[in-house]
Order: sequence, then C-alpha cells, then structure tokens
Amino acid sequence: MAAKPVKIRARAKDGLAKIKCLMPHPMETGTRRDAAGNLIAAHYIETVTCKHNDTEVLTAQWGPSVSKDPYLSFKVKGANSGDRISVSWVDNLGETSSGEMILK
Amino acid sequence: MKPGLFLKEVTREATCESRRGFIKALLGVVAMAAVPLNVFARALGAFNADNTDKVLSELFGGLPVIDSNDIVFKIPDIAENGAVVPVTVSTDIANVNQICIVIDKNPTPLSAVFNIGEHSLADISTRVKIGNSSIARALVRAGDMVYMVKKEVKVTIGGCGG
Repeated sequence: MAAKPVKIRARAKDGLAKIKCLMPHPMETGTRRDAAGNLIAAHYIETVTCKHNDTEVLTAQWGPSVSKDPYLSFKVKGANSGDRISVSWVDNLGETSSGEMILK
Repeated sequence: MKPGLFLKEVTREATCESRRGFIKALLGVVAMAAVPLNVFARALGAFNADNTDKVLSELFGGLPVIDSNDIVFKIPDIAENGAVVPVTVSTDIANVNQICIVIDKNPTPLSAVFNIGEHSLADISTRVKIGNSSIARALVRAGDMVYMVKKEVKVTIGGCGG
C-alpha cells in the first residue's frame, strides 16, 4: 500500500505563515487486537520534517500515541507568498510520504 | 562501535582505495560531527519509557523541571473520544528549542517531541490518543531550562460522563 501524500493548507500574512497539514496514516499502537484476538503490529509515524524552501523549520518525533491520520499545525517566521512549504514523514516501517505547496 | 575505531577503519579503507575516497570518507565524518544531535537522534529511551519520571530523565537528563504560567496549553477537560484529543501548546518564552507532550497514564507516556527552530514559532497543534483519564503535560525546553504545565483530562467512555 503506497502511503498517501500529506495534505497541506497554509496562509501567509505579514511574514508569518500558518500551516496546517494532515497525514493519512493508520498510527497503529501495537497494543490493539483484531477480531481474532491477534495483536495488530505497530505502525506509526516516527519523524516529521517541515521545510520552508530548503530550510528545515520544524522537526517532530512521534510515538504511537499521536492520533490516527495525524494533524499538525505550526507557524513559520519570515515566509512570504511564493515560498515553498514542504512536509515529509518517515514511519517505523521505513515508509515515507510528503507533500508541498506554494504560499499564496 | 567506538568513534575512534570507526575513523581508523574508514582511514584504512580509504587510503587503500584512493585519495578521493579518503577525502569523501573524511567529509562524511566531519558532516556526522556537525549534525546537532538533538535534531536527528530519536530519543528512543524516552519513547520506550513506561512512566513520566523516566520520560523526563531520558529527555532532559538531570535538568530541573519548573512549573510555569507562561505556557498556553489547550486540551479539553473532558474528552469524549480518547482516540482524538486536540492539543495546542504555545508560549512566549524566548529561544524555545523543544515542545514535548506527555500523557501520564498512556502505556508509553511520551506522545510527541517537536524541535522548534529559529525560523518557527513555539506554537503547535496536533491530536493525541489518551487511553484513560490522565494528567497531560506540556513541556517546553529553552536552552537549559525546562518549563511545564499540567492539566487533567477526563476521558468519557460511551459518552455517559466520567
């Protein structure tokens, strides 16, 4: 199953960009059981990297207790329209995905 | 592997091959040394720790944790659905490096660590899972200072009130 891209919405005003993103991902904790009583293997996003153009502005490390289909919002200083915002993640199984948008 | 041993091996291998290889290897070692640890190294111990005290000592070493009123920690008092609890942490404290979210009663209390750079504001929102009614903590690290706010969150099961 190919990982779905990160959805990003962002708005820049007076040099400050507010960014919201959604990362479709199961975020399995590894403690849940399926109907037959077997443990469902842990599968969760471990690292998130957010970039403004080519500068890393925010990184996050997550455990399995971040909700399914994680939501993240953050604010970037000195961002103006035309700048590129990108967000990428790596999960505990080595899958990756990313998304990007140009600020309006 | 010890760092010294690694360097020795790299050097031996490289000199056997070519000077270019050696320079490449050397650059690799320099690059590794230049990467700030707290940005890339996953705080494995802290994520595996099963109680809050361990999480704090893994994350911050022996640094004292100070209760603070300067952190805005938005999390509902009563969460109807423990699987999706919105959290916002923001603060005006200067030079913030890290924001951490800890839920005491989760099997692994540490939920998330955000490394704030000089280009982003200490203002983040996300959603976490909370298994049972628990104390939730937001921790903010600025240099060698660690600030904390606590809030109790009740998780109602079946929506009948906790």
